[in-house]
Amino acid sequence: MNRFLIPFGVFVVVVGFLAVGLTLNPRELPSPLVGRPAPDFSLPQLHDQGKVLSSNDLKGKVWLLNFWASWCGGCKEEHPVLIHLAQSGEVPIYGMDYKDTREEALAWLKQWGNPYPIVAVDALGRVGINYGVYGVPETYVIDKAGVIRYKQIGPLREDILQEKILPLVRELQNQ
Amino acid sequence: MIPEIGHYALILALCVSVVLGSLPIYGAAVGNSMLMSVAKPAARGQFLLILLAFCCLGYAFAEKDFSVLYVAATSNSQLPLQYRLAAIWGAHEGSLLLWVFILSIWMVAVSFFSTHLPEAMRARILGVMGLVSMGFILFMLTVSNPFERLIPAALDGRDLNPLLQDPGMVIHPPMLYMGYVGFSVAFAFAIAALLGGTLDATWARWSRPWTTVAWCFLTVGVAMGSGWAYYELGWGGWWFWDPVENASFMPWLAGTALIHSLAVTDKRGGFKAWSVLLAIFAFSLSLLGTFLVRSGVLTSVHAFATDPKRGLFILVFLAVVIGGSLILYAWRAPRVGLGGGFTLVSREGMLMANNVLLVAALGSVLLGTLYPLFLDALDLGKISVGPPYFDTVFVPLMTPAIFLMGIGPLAQWKKASLPELATRLRWAFGVSLVTALALPLAMGQWTPLISLGLMMAIWIVTTSAVGLRERLAHADGSSLLGRLASVPRAYWGMLLAHCGVALFIIGVTMVKGFEVEQDLRMNVGQTATIGGYTFQFDGTQQYKGPNYIAARGTFRVSQDGREVTVMYPEKRRYNVQNQTMTEAAISPGLLRDLYVSLGEPLDDGAWSVRLYHKPFIDWIWGGCLVMAVGGVLAISDRRYRLAWRRKEVDVPAATQVARQTVS
Repeated sequence: MNRFLIPFGVFVVVVGFLAVGLTLNPRELPSPLVGRPAPDFSLPQLHDQGKVLSSNDLKGKVWLLNFWASWCGGCKEEHPVLIHLAQSGEVPIYGMDYKDTREEALAWLKQWGNPYPIVAVDALGRVGINYGVYGVPETYVIDKAGVIRYKQIGPLREDILQEKILPLVRELQNQ
Repeated sequence: MIPEIGHYALILALCVSVVLGSLPIYGAAVGNSMLMSVAKPAARGQFLLILLAFCCLGYAFAEKDFSVLYVAATSNSQLPLQYRLAAIWGAHEGSLLLWVFILSIWMVAVSFFSTHLPEAMRARILGVMGLVSMGFILFMLTVSNPFERLIPAALDGRDLNPLLQDPGMVIHPPMLYMGYVGFSVAFAFAIAALLGGTLDATWARWSRPWTTVAWCFLTVGVAMGSGWAYYELGWGGWWFWDPVENASFMPWLAGTALIHSLAVTDKRGGFKAWSVLLAIFAFSLSLLGTFLVRSGVLTSVHAFATDPKRGLFILVFLAVVIGGSLILYAWRAPRVGLGGGFTLVSREGMLMANNVLLVAALGSVLLGTLYPLFLDALDLGKISVGPPYFDTVFVPLMTPAIFLMGIGPLAQWKKASLPELATRLRWAFGVSLVTALALPLAMGQWTPLISLGLMMAIWIVTTSAVGLRERLAHADGSSLLGRLASVPRAYWGMLLAHCGVALFIIGVTMVKGFEVEQDLRMNVGQTATIGGYTFQFDGTQQYKGPNYIAARGTFRVSQDGREVTVMYPEKRRYNVQNQTMTEAAISPGLLRDLYVSLGEPLDDGAWSVRLYHKPFIDWIWGGCLVMAVGGVLAISDRRYRLAWRRKEVDVPAATQVARQTVS
């Protein structure tokens, strides 16, 4: 073995790591809330302002919480994925209309379709703060005991749904 | 029209670089001097073309041509002219143009100052640099074109990032790039030597001044970056071990090791293969820095907008250039031979230890920088490596290196005697030990780290004094002045650079040990006292800058009841990007800086305010400057001045022919 080849060998390893690094996103941060109980909320509903959606009502089932807004571009991007998931009926997606106006939110859902059984209104973004929302859209997987199991920052994609979220949801539903 | 001319000039420059990167190297391989002679005019032609492209981009900025995408993205009609011009390198595309432009400056410099080199050597050096510039121009033309049009033109630009709207932006990047890219010369020398198989002491003699010049620029560039962070970010820190700071620091460490190893190769013919490897390392780390900043693999405050395509291009380029050179190294270096033998206690031995320590420090910085990436790639979680790691590994590695720095210059080549060295240095050691222990006590606070820092600094200065005294004792000349004049400038340069390190250490030690910091709420008229200075807050006033509005606070500073200075920290809001910036007010001084920065406005005109008293902080940058001046002094040494003047005397014609046939 030629010892003068050692620098080259080390370099090959470093380049390998750099190449893998290119495919990763260092800004994709794990949420400190994963594994913790989801912050409680009790907010008016978008469609029926007289009623309230409370996180306590959802205990005992696995559900997704999706922060969205009519002003948000990424939400439009992930919308078909949500609609598709809603049609499959595998897991309910509860919407959290984040810092939005009621009229625009309703018009938006009318135009693009509504994947949510219920949408809660977080007009001031207080609940968003409790959940540590970086920016909409964000999606949380919450289990039967009300614990956050997964957090998706940014638009949901079909591949993330199939590879991460749905297997997790099924596993949680079977517990 | 003008941007198209610039674009066209870049395309022509690419063509020239293809010629430059192929014909002369081939000519050198087959001994065809006509092909080799292409190198000089091609290098100069390429410089003119890139200069033209650079001026075209500058013109587009000066004329606010927002139909150029890059201009629209990084400037604004309200941006003052000097920042519009600095915006040329304000983002990815233009800073690449700066990179290539500076590379071509170095190429032209080589073409002018290489008349004493054998033709084959010069042809190879310029050819290798041509290949490097080819890669970068290709990069620009394919995925990072600064001349790309925006049709229809933007009404106004998105403005330069407010952080970059600072005098530091005008000089820091060009300085830093002069250093970074300057290592390409040492790299090209090393590759040329490997290609030609002429790895000898003359090779080291030729590449030494180039390495030193690049190192001087890099030293100043890194120091300026640190100083800029200090006054611009408003946190009062001067080094954050941010990945991009590390990216500029690693080539510096490699370059420092290279300078010392080249000294051995030059004087004693030893460390040849090692010097070549270090030359490859220094430039490789510059390229790695370019990759880290632009590919988005690490998070950093400096990161450019990221694009995976760009990252991939640089990575492939990196793999070809560095991988190729390391294979060439593995193939050619075994034949180089080892040079003269030496014992461990000798100047070679000390310089070797210095190199080992510097490279170990370099390795630990590299590891710390890439560690988050390694873990993420192995799916072991996300972490960030911060100052605690770097401080922990850096101090223990640098302490012995600094200790050796005092002994090395006094030791004889080949074999030195330890007892004799100890006798010569006992006074220096005693003085530094006693002062280092007593001084902090006299200043009222003693910690082991303060003493250690002071001891290292005083050790460098006292050993330098011992060295100088011995040198003078042996020098010819009757008067002291005559004897001082007979000491070569290279020696003065070394002394000065080493003392620069001492100043730097004093700065770091004193700031770490004695700085006082206070975060507090200040009402109008209220006073606060730190470090013996009383700050009175006189409230803030609104004012309007060219492209921002600002609240400017007034602080009257007094010491012992006497007013010393008035300080005006600002909080600015830039109009276009709607971003707030903290402009700290600094009252610099030889023995201390006072530093005030405004936090947030509170009720009734009160503000949250941060006050610092930072003793000796300017010594940190002063020390770097002294190091660089030492480098400049070293290359102004008589033997280099002679070398530039006489042509081809070093290398008799016969050896030249012999070398060409060998290659």
